[in-house]
Amino acid sequence: MSRILSISGRGIPLRGNDIDTDRIMPARYLKVVSFEGLEKHVFEDDRKTNRGPHPFGDMRYQDASILVVNSNFGCGSSREHAPQGLARFGINAMIGESFSEIFLGNCAVLGVPCFTADHATIDKLQSLIETSPETTIQANVETGVVTAGPLTFTAHMPAALRDAFVQGKWDPTMMLLDKFEDVRGVAKHLPYVAGF
Amino acid sequence: MADTLFHKVWNAHTVRTLPSGQTQLFIGLHLIHEVTSPQAFDMLRQHGWKVAFPERTIATIDHIVPTSSQKRPFLDVMAEEMTVALERNCKEFGIKLYLPDAMEQGIVHVIGPQLGLTQPGMTIACGDSHTSTHGAFGAIAMGIGTSQVRDVLASQCLAVEPLKVRRIDVNGQLAVGVYAKDVILTIIRKLGVQGGVGYAYEYGGNTLDRMSMDERMTICNMSIEGGARAGYVNPDDTTFAYLRGRQFAPSGAAWDRAVSWWRSMASDRNANYDDVVSLDAAAIEPTVTWGINPGQSVGISERIPADADQEALAYMGFDPKTPIRGTKIDVAFIGSCTNGRLSDFEEAARIVKGHKVATHVKALVVPGSREVAKQAEQRGLHQIFIDAGFEWRGAGCSMCLAMNPDKLEGRQVCASSSNRNFKGRQGSPSGRTLLMSPAMVAAAAIAGEVADVREMLEAVPA
Repeated sequence: MSRILSISGRGIPLRGNDIDTDRIMPARYLKVVSFEGLEKHVFEDDRKTNRGPHPFGDMRYQDASILVVNSNFGCGSSREHAPQGLARFGINAMIGESFSEIFLGNCAVLGVPCFTADHATIDKLQSLIETSPETTIQANVETGVVTAGPLTFTAHMPAALRDAFVQGKWDPTMMLLDKFEDVRGVAKHLPYVAGF
Repeated sequence: MADTLFHKVWNAHTVRTLPSGQTQLFIGLHLIHEVTSPQAFDMLRQHGWKVAFPERTIATIDHIVPTSSQKRPFLDVMAEEMTVALERNCKEFGIKLYLPDAMEQGIVHVIGPQLGLTQPGMTIACGDSHTSTHGAFGAIAMGIGTSQVRDVLASQCLAVEPLKVRRIDVNGQLAVGVYAKDVILTIIRKLGVQGGVGYAYEYGGNTLDRMSMDERMTICNMSIEGGARAGYVNPDDTTFAYLRGRQFAPSGAAWDRAVSWWRSMASDRNANYDDVVSLDAAAIEPTVTWGINPGQSVGISERIPADADQEALAYMGFDPKTPIRGTKIDVAFIGSCTNGRLSDFEEAARIVKGHKVATHVKALVVPGSREVAKQAEQRGLHQIFIDAGFEWRGAGCSMCLAMNPDKLEGRQVCASSSNRNFKGRQGSPSGRTLLMSPAMVAAAAIAGEVADVREMLEAVPA
């Protein structure tokens, strides 16, 4: 598994708090047995009903790979179809005020680091991308330092996730299987597994 | 040392600290359904992995099940394909599956407790955010994504980080016409939809102590709507009485040993919490959401706030400072993993009895499981609903999330006992959801508009 040390690319600003996974990936697109093709449906309903262009349909942000959001992004349903759709759309990292717990974990397993920073910083970054969409954003996973044109700030990430990306251990199945005798050991000591 | 249930359960299930720094947590019960599992099984096949503890995973179908006719093959080709995929996967990997032809079938969060699979002191995971429901039994229950479903299948473990614990004390007597749904909507309104991020919520206080397991499940179910990945109630005699005699609950001498272990897992009296919040139950009114997230709610006698979020108002077509009461509805939905249990139907039926659904309202009652349907039918509740003009359907998730034929159309307004009022949640990209208790949905169905159930209850003897 590859180490993820830094991400660089153009940004896509998506303003609004509490943007839930139903909006990122409407439920009708969960009627699938694979994740293929989900990128076509990212924010589909928001894009159709939005007054004015939605950032995901805006040509200025074509080929952007870093999504910049506000607070509690990805709340609601645990559907991995939402981060899968975003990742397949080309999103390699996200920077926001905060992310829902389940969404953050889903992104991590896909190798998509999510950084957080305060409202004022995020607002500045969103404004910068809106006025200069060609700006390259560089985000260093190890140090958290984000640079974008004239902006430089230090973003945060839970230490365990940061280390997992830096060490190339963000997809945990192999680690979980690594010391399987320990798993059996814990199971054996749980009365409801071993038998009351 | 005095400790919380969360830490006791977490510690008992910790395998080790992973090189990444995350905790490797053993999962005692894994529940799966048709929507979030097919890709996980494909990943297992790609890597040649087996299911580590097949007996610790239980499968059902709920999201895509049609509730009108549940005959196979389902008319919806994709719904049938997903069901066939789950059948094939469960057969190949040796997992127990409950399809609609089994009496045990139903919404995953209804059948787990009903079968006695959900027990105190467990860790429980399911590819579904409302897994927090199972916390009502004193379990640490978390929603996970599909890659994590793969992890649990392959290793019976998750790589996770511990949560902080917030104690939420609710004390006092709930007024007549005020239910568990109103309590959790009020908690979310007070703490916000982001307030629980990073926390597990421990619900307690004498209001919770007096609640039935159905009511506690309603509360824990919506923890995730407040941002908390897990929510729980400490196990007590109410919990044990509910579990006793259920299919997968311990019996005989094992029962007594189980009860004593379960009691030992409850939070100690002087446990420390990362945060404590208190709420007065007597001050809670029947509560209704007016916006596009579950924190945007008011008491039935209140008005939509003057400073209400503009995006929400624009989507809902509501004006600030107007009462929510009297809002015309088009659809009434009673069901879901939040409020699709027997006691929900009993309360709603009390309101409905002898009345008719308003002529312009389409009204649905959808049991959370086949067992709930059976028990409701044995009590004649279905007839009360049917006589009033409700449709009595088969078990499933139905109109909570629109992955089956039950959907809103256009800008319809739905009085709903479900858990999410997100934009487009009920299947129409412009559909509107007003969350409330099942009794309030029943009242709205009859009145044809959002009404105060307390006034209707005055006419009904308890």
